[in-house]
Amino acid sequence: MPVIEVTNLHKRYGDTVAVDDVSFSVEEGEIFGILGPNGAGKTTTVECVEGLRAPDRGRVSVLGLDPRRDRAELTQRVGVQLQQSDLPEKMKVAEAIALYGSFYRRPADGERLIDELGLGGKRDTRFGKLSGGQKQRVSIALALAGSPEIAVLDELTTGLDPQARRDTWRLIEQVRDRGVTILLVTHFMEEAERLCDRIAVIDSGRVVAVDTPAGLVSRVDPEQRIRFRPSPALDDRLLKELPEVHTVTRSGDQLTVTGTGGLLQAVTSVLARNDIIAADLRVEQTSLDDAFVALTGRSIAQEA
Amino acid sequence: MFARITLMEFRLTLRELVVPLFVLVLPIGLLLGFGFQPGSRRPDADLGGQTGAAYIAAIGAGICLAILGLSVLPAALAGYREKGVLRRLATTPVRPVYLLAAQIVVYAAAALFTVAVLIVLGDVLFGTPVPKAFPAFLGTLLLGIAALFAIGLLVAAVAPSGKAGQAIGMILFFPNLFLGGVYIPREAMPAVLRHIGDYSPLGATLKTMRDAWMGTDPRGTQLAIMAAYAVVAGVAATKLFRWE
Repeated sequence: MPVIEVTNLHKRYGDTVAVDDVSFSVEEGEIFGILGPNGAGKTTTVECVEGLRAPDRGRVSVLGLDPRRDRAELTQRVGVQLQQSDLPEKMKVAEAIALYGSFYRRPADGERLIDELGLGGKRDTRFGKLSGGQKQRVSIALALAGSPEIAVLDELTTGLDPQARRDTWRLIEQVRDRGVTILLVTHFMEEAERLCDRIAVIDSGRVVAVDTPAGLVSRVDPEQRIRFRPSPALDDRLLKELPEVHTVTRSGDQLTVTGTGGLLQAVTSVLARNDIIAADLRVEQTSLDDAFVALTGRSIAQEA
Repeated sequence: MFARITLMEFRLTLRELVVPLFVLVLPIGLLLGFGFQPGSRRPDADLGGQTGAAYIAAIGAGICLAILGLSVLPAALAGYREKGVLRRLATTPVRPVYLLAAQIVVYAAAALFTVAVLIVLGDVLFGTPVPKAFPAFLGTLLLGIAALFAIGLLVAAVAPSGKAGQAIGMILFFPNLFLGGVYIPREAMPAVLRHIGDYSPLGATLKTMRDAWMGTDPRGTQLAIMAAYAVVAGVAATKLFRWE
C-alpha cells in the first residue's frame, strides 16, 4: 500500500500554473525522487504533500491523511527539510535538535542523531558558524527529530561541494535503512541515479515518466556515443559511410560520432587504416541525462 | 512546549549582545549620567515639578519600550521570516504563532525588568519615589508595551526583510522619541507640538507614566489613545502578517 498518493494535482499562483497535472505514488520504505529542472513544479508539489499549500485541484493523501485537514497528525509523522530555511544564527546545534525533538510525541534520541550525522564535534557550535555541509546535516537531523515515518527532503545537496554531497547521500541511505520512506526533490541527475529506487520526471508541471533509473534509461535508444580528437584531421565522410554510424558532429577539433551495434570497432578500424590517432577517446553509454533529454526534449543542465 | 520555546528565545536574546546593551544598559546609563549631576534631586518647574532624576528615569523607560517595540521586535520577526525559521516551524507540530508569542513575552519581560531596575536605582541613589500611583503606573506601562509592540508587529507584518523591518522601525523610532519628549522635555515644547506629542504612542505612554510616577492618576483620554494604538495596530498586524 502506498504511503503517499498524489492524484491529478493542480496548483496555480495567479496566472502562473506551477503544477499542471501531477500524479504519482510512493511505496513504504523506498527512496522516491522527483527530478526536474528549476521551475518544473517540484517544490510546489512537495509543499502540497507537506500540507504547506492547498492544491487547487486533485487529491493528496499521505499515510492515509489529508495534509491540510489532518495537519496536526501529519506533522507528527512526516519530517521535512526545506529548500531555504535557516535556524537562528546563535542557536547551538544540540539546542536546536533538543528543541525540535520536544515538539513531537516520539522524539528521536538527540544525542544519537548528532553522532549519526557526524555532528559530535559541533554540538555546542552556533548555527551561524557552521559550514554549508554542516548546516545541511543539522537540517536533516531536524527532519528526523520526531522519528518520522516519511522524510521529505528538498534540494538536499544544492550548494554543497562534491565530497559533502557524497557524504550526504550515504546518510540518506542510512536513514532509509532504518525504515524511513524518503521523498527526495532534486535537479541533480547523479543524485537521482545514485539514490532513488524510483523517479518521477517532472517538466513544466507535468509528470513525464515514473520509473526506476535503469527503466528510464532503457526507454531511450541504446545509442552509443564516441568522442575523440583525430590527429591528423579526418574527412568526416570516411565515418559517415559506415553503416553503424548515425551522426558525426564537430566541435573545434573534437569529433562526436553516434551510432549503434559495433560502432567502436567500425570507427577504430577506419582510423587505423588511415593512420589516424584518436586522442582523448571516450565512449559514452546512454545515461539518465540522455533519458531526461529524450523525455523532456531539453537538457537539465541548461536549466539549472 | 511554549515554555521551552520562550526559554530558548530568552537565551538567544541574551546572545544578541546589542539588545541587552540598548534595552538595559542605555537607560541605566542615562539615569546614572543625569542623576549624578548637581540639582538632579530638586523638583524642577520646567519638568512639570518632577526632579531631573525622576524625569530621566521615565525617559529611560520610554526609550527602552521604543527600542524593543519599534526596532528589536520587527527586526527579529521579519528576520525569522526571511530566514525561513517561521516556515520551518510550520512543518512541525508547533504553530509559528508560538514563536511570535514567545518573543513578545521575552521582550515584555525585558521591558518590565529594565523599568524595575530604573525604579530601584532611582530610589536608592537619587531619591526618586517608587511610582506613587502604582496600579495606574503598572497599567500604563503594560498598555504602553501593548501599543508600541503592536506597532512593531505591524512593521514586521509588512516589512519584506529583517533589514527593512529595522529600517522602517527606525523611521518611526526617532520621530516618536522627539514627539514623546525624549529630546526636549514635553514641558519645554511649543503648545502645538506638545499636543501632537500627547497623541503619539510614546508621548502618551511617557506622559501617563510620569503622571503616575508623581501620584496623579492618568487621564482616561490618554489611556484610550494607547489602547487604540494597541488594538488598531494589533488587528492590522494579525490581518497582514505573512508567515513566509
